[in-house]
Amino acid sequence: MSDLWLHPALILVLGALVLPWLPERARKIWLLAIPLLAFWRVTQLTPGIHGELAFLKWTLVFGRVDALSQIFGYIMGLVCVIATLYGWHVKESGQHSAAWFYAAGSLGVIYAGDFLVLFVFWELMAFASVFLVWYRRGRRALAAGFRYLLVHVAGGLSLLAGIILHHGATGSLAFQSMAWGQGGVAAWLILVGFLLNAAVPPLHAWLPDAYAEGTFNGSVFLSALTTKTAVYALCRGFAGWEILVPLGVVMALYGVVYAVLENDCRRLLAYHIISQVGYMVAGVGMGTAMAINGACAHAFAHILYKGLLFMGCGAVLHMTGESRFTELGGLYKKMPWTFLFTLIGGLSISAFPLFSGFVSKSMIVAAGFEGHRLGAAYLLMLASVGTFLHTGLKVPYFIWFGQNRCRPETWERAADPPWNMNAAMAIASFLCIFIGIYTPYLYNMLPHQEVVADYHPYTAYHISETLLVLLFTAVGFFLLLKKLEPTPTISLDLDWFYRKAGRVFLRVAEGPVQCLDAWVGTLYQRLGLAGLMRAARLMGQFDQRVIDGAVDGLAAAIGAAGARVRLAQRGHLQESLALAFAMAAVLLLLFLWIW
Amino acid sequence: MKLVQIIEWLRARLRWVVKVCLAILAVLVLLDAVPGVVDKSHAHTQIERWPGFWAIFGVVGCALLIVVSKAFGKLGIMRKEDYYDE
Repeated sequence: MSDLWLHPALILVLGALVLPWLPERARKIWLLAIPLLAFWRVTQLTPGIHGELAFLKWTLVFGRVDALSQIFGYIMGLVCVIATLYGWHVKESGQHSAAWFYAAGSLGVIYAGDFLVLFVFWELMAFASVFLVWYRRGRRALAAGFRYLLVHVAGGLSLLAGIILHHGATGSLAFQSMAWGQGGVAAWLILVGFLLNAAVPPLHAWLPDAYAEGTFNGSVFLSALTTKTAVYALCRGFAGWEILVPLGVVMALYGVVYAVLENDCRRLLAYHIISQVGYMVAGVGMGTAMAINGACAHAFAHILYKGLLFMGCGAVLHMTGESRFTELGGLYKKMPWTFLFTLIGGLSISAFPLFSGFVSKSMIVAAGFEGHRLGAAYLLMLASVGTFLHTGLKVPYFIWFGQNRCRPETWERAADPPWNMNAAMAIASFLCIFIGIYTPYLYNMLPHQEVVADYHPYTAYHISETLLVLLFTAVGFFLLLKKLEPTPTISLDLDWFYRKAGRVFLRVAEGPVQCLDAWVGTLYQRLGLAGLMRAARLMGQFDQRVIDGAVDGLAAAIGAAGARVRLAQRGHLQESLALAFAMAAVLLLLFLWIW
Repeated sequence: MKLVQIIEWLRARLRWVVKVCLAILAVLVLLDAVPGVVDKSHAHTQIERWPGFWAIFGVVGCALLIVVSKAFGKLGIMRKEDYYDE
């Protein structure tokens, strides 16, 4: 190591490894201290290249600190503090450890200066985050987790293939910005890996599938980290790639359309992640200084208000055990504070004046209008209409007002959540409003400071435009309320292909394969068996006299060793995987830091 | 619980609340049409200079999204909740 540089991710990793061994009371303090320490470390980083490490013939860079990585690192560190506080009362330390490993992966990607380091942390994110789904327990979460992992491993492979090709072509592993259309197949494969994590259709179905099945606090981490880390990677590597503009606009509208149909509030929010990330992807595609600023600002604001929305709906799920509109309603009497916080999240995502979305989203739309991309800009405005329609109106209305559809036991259980959940939501709410009112806080962190002074969100025209669009959306909402009544349905998405078509394929295959198997079996019995029996008899005699003696001795030794290993191995697949990943992570870190 | 009381106070006067909201909407549309208040030089395209353009955009956009999405859902996208469970 060239210098002693403490990576903020290392704080979270070490914290996560120690956490399960701490006594109950110390654990409570640890849960507050470690994320704060990691966040503090992020704020102390100085611009430059740190944490360089000679590895084989390459120099790996763990700490590229500049304005672009700092704004993302800052918000990831901050949301880790808030989301850990939100789940502070959860006793299962494995959940917290998984979340911290996940956040560490995210920070690792953001500060990575080369593709190899990026890839290692990219995979750490995928393997750590899946536990936030599995800890929900039950068949559905288990299956959703496996699907999530499968999709992310496929995306990771595309990324790895791209990295290898890129290295072959350029001889360099450095993660630098690529020019639109340059880089050949390698660049496209890397782009596909990034787009999968950003949930760009048709590579998006994993997101609503997994995020709706995650634990009530795990989904807060999920909503913040994976997609926004991908937005960072796109900003860094693919700014100005024209194809991202249409893809982003399609994303923004796709999420909105599915949100109309959705009955589960957390799935609705998950579709709105796709929609909101669409703005950022479109901004990256425009690639101008203002558009990149807009993408970064929107990612920053988005992490806070989407985290807040997931916290609000997570609180409803945690307290009542329900997240479907058809099983909720009229809860304002029972959970008024959760309502208020969720409403603040809804107003922020809808970009109401004085809330965070207003000062971030508009920068992307304005960059679109200024670049004369009128179609894209108007369609993004239409997506804003949909955003307010669902997140600002549908979610609060059908959970806290509307017809009371709660079963008696749901109604009985409903109440405002424990203090720590309320505190986390209050902090996020405060930040959403603070960003909207005091713009320099966010704007001073933006990567292109030279254009910040050119943009003023609070002009009379912009306020009037936004208020008219949003308030008249509300008029439309109340006029068409009947049409929006939730129905107990799910909506098919592209995950159908690997959920349902796979099963159909299996059933079709079963016929011929079974037939062939039976036929081979019969043939074998008739022809092979007689000869085999004779040979077997001879072998048997040899086996009994010579081999048994040796094997028995070996077996006794292995049996004794196995009994010892079995203590750590209780047959739960997830636990075994967790153990294996944890050991791999420890070995990797040891290897890197001792090298 | 103060917050609940505020919400119930507003709910008890729902008609009145709706009237105030409609009045606010009308005022906003009128203000938007006054050049001295809302400087339309910030508009990006000609059509935005029409008075109340963004209000119409909001209502029509909202209705369009709901109707189109529902029609899309009826194409076989919306299924029973146990569709994947079998």
